[in-house]
Amino acid sequence: MKEKLEQIRAEALSRLEAVDTLDSLNEIRVAYLGKKGELTRVLKGMKDVAPEDRPKVGQMVNETREKIENRLNEVRDQMAKKARELQLQREVIDVTLPAKKIEAGHSHPNTVTLEELEKIFVGMGYEVVEGPEIEYDEYNFTKLNIPPNHPAKDEQDTFYINKDIVLRTQTSPVQARVMEQGKLPIRMISPGRVFRSDEVDATHSPSFHQVEGLVVDKNITFADLKGTLAEFARQVFGEDTKVKFRPHHFPFTEPSAEMDVSCFKCKGAGCRFCKGSGWIEILGCGMVHPHVFEMCGIDPETYTGFAFGVGLERIALLKHEIDDMRLMYENDIRFLKQF
Amino acid sequence: MNTTLSWIKAYVPDLDVTAQEYTDAMTLTGTKVEGYLCPDKNLDKIVVGQIKEIRRHPDADKLIICSVDIGTEMIQIVTGAPNVKEGDKVPVVLDGGKVAGGHDGGPLPEEGIKIKKGKLRGVESCGMMCSIEELGSSRDMYPEAPEFGIYIFDEDVEVGMDAIEALGMHDVVFEYEITSNRVDCYSIIGIAREAAATFGKKFCPPVVTPTGNNEDIHDYLEVQVEDPDLCPRYCARMVKNIHLAPSPKWMQRRLAVSGIRPINNIVDITNYIMEEYGQPMHAFDYDLLAGHKIVVKRAKDGDEFQTLDGQIRKMDSDILMINDGEKEVGIAGIMGGENSKITDSVQSMVFECACFDGTNIRLSAKRLGLRTDASGKYEKGLDPNNAEEAINRACQLIEELGAGEVVGGMIDIYPVKRGESRVKFDADRINGLLGTAIDADTMKGYFRMLDLGFDEETQEVIAPSFRQDIHCLADLAEEVARFYGYDKIPTTLPKGESTMGRLSEKLRVETVVRRFAEFYGFSESMTYSFESPKVFQKLLIPEDSSLRRAIPIANPLGEDFSIMRTTPLNGMLTSLATNYNRRNKNVKIYELANTYLPKALPLTELPDERMQFVLGFYGEGDFFTMKGAVEEIFEKLGMKKKVRYNPDCGHPYLHPGRKAEICYEKTTVGYLGEIHPEVADNYRLGERTYVAVIDMPRIMPFVSFEHKFTGIAKYPAVSRDLSMVVPKNILVGQIEDMITLRSGKMMESCRLFDIYEGEQIEEGFKSVAYSVSFRAKDHTLTDEEITVVMRKILNGLEGMGIRLRE
Repeated sequence: MKEKLEQIRAEALSRLEAVDTLDSLNEIRVAYLGKKGELTRVLKGMKDVAPEDRPKVGQMVNETREKIENRLNEVRDQMAKKARELQLQREVIDVTLPAKKIEAGHSHPNTVTLEELEKIFVGMGYEVVEGPEIEYDEYNFTKLNIPPNHPAKDEQDTFYINKDIVLRTQTSPVQARVMEQGKLPIRMISPGRVFRSDEVDATHSPSFHQVEGLVVDKNITFADLKGTLAEFARQVFGEDTKVKFRPHHFPFTEPSAEMDVSCFKCKGAGCRFCKGSGWIEILGCGMVHPHVFEMCGIDPETYTGFAFGVGLERIALLKHEIDDMRLMYENDIRFLKQF
Repeated sequence: MNTTLSWIKAYVPDLDVTAQEYTDAMTLTGTKVEGYLCPDKNLDKIVVGQIKEIRRHPDADKLIICSVDIGTEMIQIVTGAPNVKEGDKVPVVLDGGKVAGGHDGGPLPEEGIKIKKGKLRGVESCGMMCSIEELGSSRDMYPEAPEFGIYIFDEDVEVGMDAIEALGMHDVVFEYEITSNRVDCYSIIGIAREAAATFGKKFCPPVVTPTGNNEDIHDYLEVQVEDPDLCPRYCARMVKNIHLAPSPKWMQRRLAVSGIRPINNIVDITNYIMEEYGQPMHAFDYDLLAGHKIVVKRAKDGDEFQTLDGQIRKMDSDILMINDGEKEVGIAGIMGGENSKITDSVQSMVFECACFDGTNIRLSAKRLGLRTDASGKYEKGLDPNNAEEAINRACQLIEELGAGEVVGGMIDIYPVKRGESRVKFDADRINGLLGTAIDADTMKGYFRMLDLGFDEETQEVIAPSFRQDIHCLADLAEEVARFYGYDKIPTTLPKGESTMGRLSEKLRVETVVRRFAEFYGFSESMTYSFESPKVFQKLLIPEDSSLRRAIPIANPLGEDFSIMRTTPLNGMLTSLATNYNRRNKNVKIYELANTYLPKALPLTELPDERMQFVLGFYGEGDFFTMKGAVEEIFEKLGMKKKVRYNPDCGHPYLHPGRKAEICYEKTTVGYLGEIHPEVADNYRLGERTYVAVIDMPRIMPFVSFEHKFTGIAKYPAVSRDLSMVVPKNILVGQIEDMITLRSGKMMESCRLFDIYEGEQIEEGFKSVAYSVSFRAKDHTLTDEEITVVMRKILNGLEGMGIRLRE
């Protein structure tokens, strides 16, 4: 019996050495370990073995089975490993072949810039509101301390619908509309389209965008205006941006200022971009004129405030180094895709 | 406004600054210097030389050899200039020097032209004698210069001195941007006052001395102002025995460097006063004033008048005229008449120095299309108190220049005197507004520097009439701020009640719409809000369509920009056409475009501004691509109900068989479709083009960003396929509606998976196949339940003439 088992084991192991497919491996498994396999047959012959020898023979059968089984598994693992290696070799791809993309669209550079501005001011507690683009002369001018026949009306090259209704020349009328509602304090910005009768060229467009800002509360100071806009400039143009405020005149603010930022290309050294000055003019601002408060029903003795107006295209063109404003309204996809 | 540094220094003698220092400091106190020019740019090593001897060139007929005394030595210069003779004093560039331009007077090279010692036809030449053009100027500014050849100095100029100095070119010309509230700064005196305050130097304005003989102007002239509303003040003085001549060099130089061409002493004096005082003047030939009278009154409608430029112009009753009692002799504040202008034979003249209403002058000049230097000054609204000093200064110059005999006295019609304004001073409130802690005395010091008075008793700041911009405390705060220095004011952030930052609901929705349009491959475009009325025809919009009721602009930039758009389609198609024309492939763009719909025309109240979300593309994709984009975006907006499509709709610009209105919850919210081939032709779009337009206000009520979890199904779904033969005219939408209606709550989805027409299907029918999926929330559906539902569905479909395919 012992010899018989030895023989089975040697035969099985030698057959396993020559195996090269999973099928033949399975055949061996069935031939030796299966229900009708060699070892099963040996076990079936146990009835002829003397009862006292049976445990010993049983143990021998199990040892043989274990050995064959271990070897079978080893061979199977080796084959699987080899097959996986072959598969990996077969599946090598040229990773430099073109990418397959879901081509997303792009926002207009104006929108990219506006959303950045909105984020900054919303973060500072400002509400973003809108006003009508076709506006009463009264809101566009009179309530902003620009009385009828004021030269500023000519300066701004207004498009008229009729004598009382204009295409707004600035987003400032939204200031008056918000103040009239009388909900104080006010912290708001108002982006939107404005119109002036400028012929189209590289730096002019009869239609462009502004973002108006207004803060009204008790004890608002010119220093607050400076601090707020300096913070805005740093967030838009970079942490190391410096600002400069120059006196200016707007009918609806007093004192008024224009703000320059240090040129973000040359860091103030002077370059073609800033026309050698190191500074770039960015926006107009000032303390809300007491007449404007009065006309909008706010007591200038109790409240003060500041306002500012930014040209959106101006910032978008500067930030993205776009050299021709006409590109903004042509909508050539090769332009739009760059933002 | 331009000024020269030398003219400013004439009134601020202690001013000692470089051009850049001046520019920076003046800009920071509010007189913005836009830039400056140096007339002596690229003029180097140029001295006054005197020609001592002229010899012929041995080898060239057109050249001469000059021995020139340059003060320190004699040098030899060869020249081809035709106009020099022995004894002439001329500008000489020495070896290694530079001139600004060529002798032809063309554009000046950026770096100038270097002059070196050399030989001309074998004869050594150690420098160059210059023409006025080579010195970067022109005969306009230096009228004494010859038309061709070398500039020749007056005899009294010192040999060897700096020739540029002798020509008054060592100067700086500053260009300012003056804000409209500072009318006083449109003058040398006004800017000099600001410069003195800026640099803390003494301001020394011209000292005007009494002038005139012992006669009285009233014996010569009578002045009446019939329309005092348009003429707050009229001053007149007389000059007789006029000696017309060129003005002296110092005056010519000052005008020339400021860019004003010298003419003769009388004209130069009026120009000089206009620069110095910012006050226009006019001179009438006294002998041409028929009645020896001046009457200031409105023109009559339809009057014709010949201005001194020879043009005949139509007048109206809002234009103020100067009359002489018989006829009109000038348009007040704008231009004098041909009939009274000063000519070479003038004997006596009347100087006018008036103040006219700025608005009226501005509007008149605009209507006449005649904007002159004078009207440009008047329209800003001049200070009437300036006129008297200006006219007396002019008469002083007449006497100083020996240009004539000034008649004693002045006629002054000034019925309502313009006074000073007073503003209560409150240092605390100024500091409160600025966020500063400047002491009251420092503030008062600034006021003093600016010639603002102070009444200690009432604590009021007194602003003279030339400061028309000071009315309230905020105005005083500005004066304090700009001289304290905007840069020294602290930077703080607003304190007080905190507020919640947020976008309006409309903007929030627009942001979501943008994101998903972009996710879908559409890029954002922007187009103008105004367009041509021709677009209606291009879009095949019928004459009676309400879309044609567009708001016209009264003063458009041209017909192409003359109406406010009522549809966003023209902008979209134009942008797509631009791309198509430039051979860009597969272009997908969108726009959030306002349209402007009038409530009534002509407009009496503000129109309805309706934001339209418009998508457009050509290239890969079709009608259903667009439909997919619309539905996906709706879903992202929380509009999860079924979107319905109605092909029986208007929209003539769309392909009649490939268009639909988009309906949501029984509201038409927009439309989509393929562009009508004729419209595509009109826009030269050579590919099938698809658009979708959503009316944003219509979808706003349906938008919701609330998402409620409904649980994930626990029980399995059962699906059944339905393969049908359907009459051709039935839309699959109708089949879906029937399936949905009949299956009630049990239906989870119904998906079209095949549609076929042609072989094996009889004429007039199509084969349509759906996979319908059913599920119950609370149990596994039984066969019986499904059978019941399917029977209901089939009954319904049979009613529509649909049968199952065998």
